[in-house]
Amino acid sequence: MSDSAVDPDEVRHVADLARVDLAEEELERFAEQFGEILDAFETLEEVPEVEREADLVNVMRPDERRASLDQEQALQNADDEEGFFKGPKVS
Amino acid sequence: MSYNAFITRETIESDTEGPLTDKTVAVKDNISTEGVRTTCGSAMLEEYVPPYDATVVQRLKEAGATIPGKTNMDEFGMGTTTETSAFGPTDNPAAEGRVPGGSSGGSAAAVAAGEADLALGTDTGGSVRCPAAFTGTVGIKPTYGLVSRYGLIAYANSLEQIGPIAPSVEEAAELLEVIAGPDDRDATTREAPGDGAYVEAADGDVEGLEIGIPTELLDGADERVVETFWEAIDELEAKGASYHEVSMESLQHAVEAYYVIAMSEASSNLARFDGVRYGPTQEYEGNWNEEFAAVREEGFGEEVKRRILLGTYALSAGYHDKYYKQAQDARAWVKQDFDSALEAADVLASPTMPVPPMERGESLDDPLTMYLADANTTPVNLANLPAISVPAGETSDGLPVGLQLIGPAFGEKTIIRAGSALA
Repeated sequence: MSDSAVDPDEVRHVADLARVDLAEEELERFAEQFGEILDAFETLEEVPEVEREADLVNVMRPDERRASLDQEQALQNADDEEGFFKGPKVS
Repeated sequence: MSYNAFITRETIESDTEGPLTDKTVAVKDNISTEGVRTTCGSAMLEEYVPPYDATVVQRLKEAGATIPGKTNMDEFGMGTTTETSAFGPTDNPAAEGRVPGGSSGGSAAAVAAGEADLALGTDTGGSVRCPAAFTGTVGIKPTYGLVSRYGLIAYANSLEQIGPIAPSVEEAAELLEVIAGPDDRDATTREAPGDGAYVEAADGDVEGLEIGIPTELLDGADERVVETFWEAIDELEAKGASYHEVSMESLQHAVEAYYVIAMSEASSNLARFDGVRYGPTQEYEGNWNEEFAAVREEGFGEEVKRRILLGTYALSAGYHDKYYKQAQDARAWVKQDFDSALEAADVLASPTMPVPPMERGESLDDPLTMYLADANTTPVNLANLPAISVPAGETSDGLPVGLQLIGPAFGEKTIIRAGSALA
């Protein structure tokens, strides 16, 4: 495919940053494909600096209490542990 | 079930009368439906049941519509063929054995096969217009901010809109009328100027309509597509429209800019899928980072991983200026180019897709080629503009071709009127 395949170690580093494990073969495939895709992205260097005049205003609302999901609804898709989300240890 | 248009067939009835009484409206499976599972075409959400309705679903119910089920899609909207779904690919009822386009391929196939009267899709970089073009149906990508995204499971917030797919422009306009309008749960929505009477705009009157044709969107398109495109322009001309060609240099960079921005937003949006609040349940052994990475390897398909990684890369230290900042400049440039082209034209026209529907399985191994197929649709999302895809006709070998008409911000009536001259 591309001559400019990225280093598999670099893909592994990005996968670590993104918290996604990859199988070895996936890692190799991505390394090959990313070279070609990043080459295409690099053509953006030809884009001139552009004045960005966003004609927009913030939409705000008063910070007031209103109805929301109750605890049971919020937990309905989770592995419920007596009314809490159950997660792995943090470190 | 032969086209695999639906992931979940479960009827949601309305208890009121309204403009969509007696109509079935299929809903793409990244739009939340209270009590009915919403998978985004992903194993990660295979058993996820939303506790609330998206605003558009609420509006369908208030309009009397019946929802016959949730439609198949590329996983998290990431694809142009509806082949990256964890629930298998969807076939194209208008060209069997070929892809229905994506990512809202299930919605378009359901309408094309008559399995639903109408459907909702979502369009981040062409995901409503592409499947409409490939299945011979009509699809509208509304102006950013016209339709609420509350309850839409996010892929790339700054680009996506929910839009209708229908057999005709008039029916698409009818569905748009129901879902459009501000929502206090989505601060990016706003009151559109004008009366919002989209259905009555579908009168087919193109007398005096000036069409601009950006030459960059014809360069490199398949010959058969270009031929069918010009036949549709001839037809509009015969009905009183006129056209001129226009060059928009910025469009040469649009698809790359789109992918940098969409992947960057995706890498952040999809961080919520950690297997804790929803998703596959784990027996925890490692620490948070290890478990998080393991559940995401298991739950995400390859295209989703590819985009999360590329987005993470584009935003990482040392690369942000090179990719993301340049992409934002390109976005602003595309916007300005559209503004000036639309000063000299009422609408801009192009083939919706530069190619006819691909054979199934053909494009999966080559992601870059699949990305580049979105060259004509992605600029519209970058510029936040409305666009419609209407059937332009068929290639000589019988494959559907779509005509894309792009309008100014909140110019939905203009593109509906123009499109209704053809469908």
